[in-house]
Amino acid sequence: MICAGTGCVANGSLKVKAALETELIKRNLQNEVKLVLTGCNGFCAKGPVIVVYPEDIFYQLVKPEDVPFLVEEHFIKGRPVQKFLYTPPMEKNTIPVMNDIPFFKHQVLRALRNRSLIDAEKIEEYIARDGYMAAAKALTEMTPEQIVSEMKSSGLRGRGGAGFLTGLKWELCARVAGDIKYILCNGDEGDPGAFMDRSIMEADPHSVLEGMIIAAKGINAHYGYIYVRAEYPLAVHRLQIAIDQARENGLLGKDILGTGFDLELEIYQGAGAFVCGEETALMASIEGKRGMPRAKPPFPAVKGLWMRPSVLNNVETFANVPPIILNGAEWFSSLGTEKSKGTKVFALSGALNNIGLVEVPMGIPLKTVIFDIGGGIKNNRKFKAVQMGGPSGGCIPHSLIDTPVDYENINKTGAIMGSGGMVVMDETTCMPAMARFFLEFTEDESCGKCVPCRIGNKTLLSILTRITNGEGREGDIELLLDLSQQIKDTSLCGLGQTSPNPVLTTIKYFRDEYEAHIKERRCPARVCTPLVKFVVDKDKCKKCGQCFKACPSGALIWEKGQVAYIDPAKCTKCKSCIKACRFWAID
Amino acid sequence: MAKLTIADLKRIKEDYHQGLREGGFRVRVTVHMGTCGIAAGARGIMNTIMEELAKSNLKDVAITTSGCAGLCSKEPMATIETTGGPPVKYISLTDEKMRKIFAEHVVGGKPVPEYALVVGHETTY
Repeated sequence: MICAGTGCVANGSLKVKAALETELIKRNLQNEVKLVLTGCNGFCAKGPVIVVYPEDIFYQLVKPEDVPFLVEEHFIKGRPVQKFLYTPPMEKNTIPVMNDIPFFKHQVLRALRNRSLIDAEKIEEYIARDGYMAAAKALTEMTPEQIVSEMKSSGLRGRGGAGFLTGLKWELCARVAGDIKYILCNGDEGDPGAFMDRSIMEADPHSVLEGMIIAAKGINAHYGYIYVRAEYPLAVHRLQIAIDQARENGLLGKDILGTGFDLELEIYQGAGAFVCGEETALMASIEGKRGMPRAKPPFPAVKGLWMRPSVLNNVETFANVPPIILNGAEWFSSLGTEKSKGTKVFALSGALNNIGLVEVPMGIPLKTVIFDIGGGIKNNRKFKAVQMGGPSGGCIPHSLIDTPVDYENINKTGAIMGSGGMVVMDETTCMPAMARFFLEFTEDESCGKCVPCRIGNKTLLSILTRITNGEGREGDIELLLDLSQQIKDTSLCGLGQTSPNPVLTTIKYFRDEYEAHIKERRCPARVCTPLVKFVVDKDKCKKCGQCFKACPSGALIWEKGQVAYIDPAKCTKCKSCIKACRFWAID
Repeated sequence: MAKLTIADLKRIKEDYHQGLREGGFRVRVTVHMGTCGIAAGARGIMNTIMEELAKSNLKDVAITTSGCAGLCSKEPMATIETTGGPPVKYISLTDEKMRKIFAEHVVGGKPVPEYALVVGHETTY
């Protein structure tokens, strides 16, 4: 790992890299030692800095003329060279470096490669970080077939959720004859708790445009739309600036970069309907029709927007394209698992200490994402489950925390990779109530075109509502399972085919909670108000008085050293006491 | 603006890196202004920096913005880079903290450890 931060480059780290390359070839070690340029390590004063793995040996102040000696000693004789070893200064640097902080340590930025490094509204800053070089390469050196084949062998899969091979999608469309084709970008991110695409469009809009230029050449399209929900005003604003700048500079429009290739891109603002994230509904919406899906086939690659062959990819997918073209398919597929290559961006939210946007290599254990990057659960509570894939996904319980994060393994749990939302829940979450929340969302967002989704989800919701209201009936669990399966099997589009997933996974992993609600009329997480008795358990009460302090209506009676008591006449069932009690003593 | 050619792309890249090193700016302050940052108050932080800069009469400080830095729960955030020094990321900023950071790090060249999260840039591929 050779540091290529601004400081180290100024100190000559690129010359050191060149010297290393030459020396490794001379010694015939080029296949055993891999050189990687890294971002700033934070030791600029000691640059150029080199870190050797797996030993994690840190060399400082390396000059090109030192390289032959270093290679001889370290890589051939296996002795670290004392002279360049880093010695910690006497005074302790109180600010940690990137690798000391788990949040940064485990991340690999590809789609987010320009995050916090460039000003999204300045095209020069994007160009300065190799921006549009991939488009230049694709337009001048590559045929459409080569672009498609490079994408196919990279193994990049659609980052919108379903995980269809991007290169294959392009190939299917490229094969269809037709003088008018469309390249479309899906920025209709609608899952609650997901903000990956928004962040990319806001922070690095040109990377999306560049990905679209490359795809357009691959399928021979000359017109395209970026579909963004109007609820993302900053994303729309910055994308528009990027499109205008690209057009002014001849990177969009006629004769891009003087290569003779034309592409016009336009933003289409969606009104925010969840179903418009579905490809055929999205296309209907651009056509000015009501956003409703249609049956497939014909697939959009054959008959898409305005009945013309079209390719629709997600924002994150497009952001991944330029580095693949620039560095090659092999570079991309060097990270990840057998069938899931590269990295994935996740939006961490919920009961975690670190809420934010992270990019990790495929195959990383779920545990690392939640406990190292996410910093564990807030307020010292316990991890209960993580909802992946939003309302279309499912929950993954604590027992499966070692699951590697890739398409296949996440699917096995019953959840889906989805677009990348991870909502983490602690023990204060009631699973039937959580499933009800998502069903409320899908019932509301169902477009109503097909019966299973329109009526089925409504019925699911009403069953879940009666369970959480304490009116659950014997056999409700079986009814939920049966109905869920039918909705999945018979719905027209992805919305209905996935909407029962939260119900199915919560029953699969937390059936006891459903049974407690139905048979014992009890909510173990004390979330469902109609099932909470608001009585203090004398044995569990530690007489601390926290509930007394939290009660806003004077219903709690407590004195130092005494068990608390809740006056039912004054209690408004606001649950402040339950949230305040650390001993689960209020039932 | 004239249409770019591929040679122009390379030239812009080189000019830019040249400018970063020799453009005469001693300090570069980046305020992270994605939706999350703005919601947490990044605009106010930006105004504070501009005010302090105007008061200080410094001419060698560049102020810029970028998108979400990834750690939304610790916004507003800013990154300060000085010539020859590592970039320092400051988190959970307030106007008061920003003023202190401006006086000590931007003017005085000494990072303020109590408000800083980390030094360095993330590894990008």
